[in-house]
Amino acid sequence: MTGFLTLLYKELLRFWKVGFQTIMAPMVSTLLYLLIFFHVLEAHVEVYPDVAYTIFLIPGLVMMAVIQNAFANSSSSIIQSKISGNIVFILLSPLSYHAIFLAYILAAIARGLLVGLGVYLVTLLFFDIPLQLPGWALLFVILGSAILGALGLIAGIWADKFDQLAAFQNFIIMPLTFLSGVFYTLHSLPTGWQYASHLNPFFYMIDGFRYGFFGVSDISPYISLAIVALCLIAISMLAIRMLKSGYKLRH
Amino acid sequence: MLPAIEVKQVCKRYGSLRALTDIDLEIHTGEFFALLGPNGAGKTTLISIIAGLSLANSGSVKVMGHNVITQYPQARLNLGVVPQELVYDPFFTVREVLLIQSGYYGIKGNTRWVDEIIERLDLTDKADANMRALSGGMKRRVLVAQALVHKPPVIILDEPTAGVDVELRQTLWDFIKQLNQDGHTVVLTTHYLEEAETLCNRVAMLKDGKIIALDSMQNLIGKMTSGNSVRLRLSPDCLPSALHELQISHDGGICELRIENYAQIEFILTTLRSENVQILEMHLQQPDLEDVFVNLMRNGRKQAK
Repeated sequence: MTGFLTLLYKELLRFWKVGFQTIMAPMVSTLLYLLIFFHVLEAHVEVYPDVAYTIFLIPGLVMMAVIQNAFANSSSSIIQSKISGNIVFILLSPLSYHAIFLAYILAAIARGLLVGLGVYLVTLLFFDIPLQLPGWALLFVILGSAILGALGLIAGIWADKFDQLAAFQNFIIMPLTFLSGVFYTLHSLPTGWQYASHLNPFFYMIDGFRYGFFGVSDISPYISLAIVALCLIAISMLAIRMLKSGYKLRH
Repeated sequence: MLPAIEVKQVCKRYGSLRALTDIDLEIHTGEFFALLGPNGAGKTTLISIIAGLSLANSGSVKVMGHNVITQYPQARLNLGVVPQELVYDPFFTVREVLLIQSGYYGIKGNTRWVDEIIERLDLTDKADANMRALSGGMKRRVLVAQALVHKPPVIILDEPTAGVDVELRQTLWDFIKQLNQDGHTVVLTTHYLEEAETLCNRVAMLKDGKIIALDSMQNLIGKMTSGNSVRLRLSPDCLPSALHELQISHDGGICELRIENYAQIEFILTTLRSENVQILEMHLQQPDLEDVFVNLMRNGRKQAK
């Protein structure tokens, strides 16, 4: 247990020590998105009856920040350790692969939640945002950041170079995030795109999270929960398998 | 007695390259053991397999009786490895790094021992400095300290003195010698053969992924060299016939003669004097590990041809 707690502590300290870059910077860029969309679209778009576009947008942006930072945390930690070689200190230790997995995932969740909470608190200063079912929101934000933490672990282990990791982020994570309904509801899309969106697991994270705020969602939150939980199990199993086999870590 | 490290029939391939072939090796508890060989011989690969950083294609490895794959937590608790590469975590200070490393091994509140190794390795002034701010030699000391946080019974040092100044080498070896005297098994790779000769009791020499010699330091030097010799530059450059049977070589004006004991020198001097041959230069040669190394590697090359 001490080994796991130490690795978790080290992973938390790692991003906390550079908090300006790992927490403040993503908060600022998310708030800039909000400012721009608020200015341009507020008067033109109504997604749910009686919900202003900016208010609709805020949970989506919070979740986007959570997703991106959870992924960035585990992936950058692993690849930096791999490239600089200091991952050897973890690999030489008796830490079990379960402990390694859990420590990286929990640190990713922590950073995702910190950034998300930061954005949410700042927006509360300017907007009146309902939070009807906080338990649902919390559940989805934790599951979502866990999934992205595990994906980050997989990407960090798989990538040999920073540009491969950047490709994973730009060609997989970014499109899945932007096309998941952060900026729109599913019902505003043409039918074909609606079907396509159903194949995107990120859509269920954001829709479920939004349900926690407004009590309405594009699809049943229970279905979203089931799909998100299944995704987490599948991705976690893959990540644990990679750690256990020593794929790209133990040659 | 339980061997500290037991390597059985280990093979490792990287694609078509055979990095290690049928390695069998037993290192006893309490030994100071040298693993020698030229670059690319497979030393680091073998160490990586013992440490669980690489996976062997076949064969098995045990550390203090624990299989490094199936019983990895116990095997790793018993092993401390100083890697060859100068790696460090730029986010932390020296003390943080050592306390974190202790935690990985399940040790809480290891401050006393951490402070002791910091002091013993002369790191006290730098204890609260960030790893980035340290010189190469200092980073090397931290690597050694990191390998020792859990007081492992078996310590492997992969070229610990590469690029390290004389003072640190002394500090380091004094510390490692002390650990060995306290009962720790020490395995060492180095290109400084003098170091290995002074420190180690037993040697394994690796070449092209195979062990080509495994013996005590004394036996190896005795068996693999032609014993003591004397090198002479003569005027005229002509060896009296009475000395021909002692001649090992006569090359570039230097004549090398084998001597069984120092009394033979008297005989050589008398013979030269009586033949009116003058000695311009004289050196006594004692065989050392370097001769063994050079001989073995040269023979290996001949065999390979």
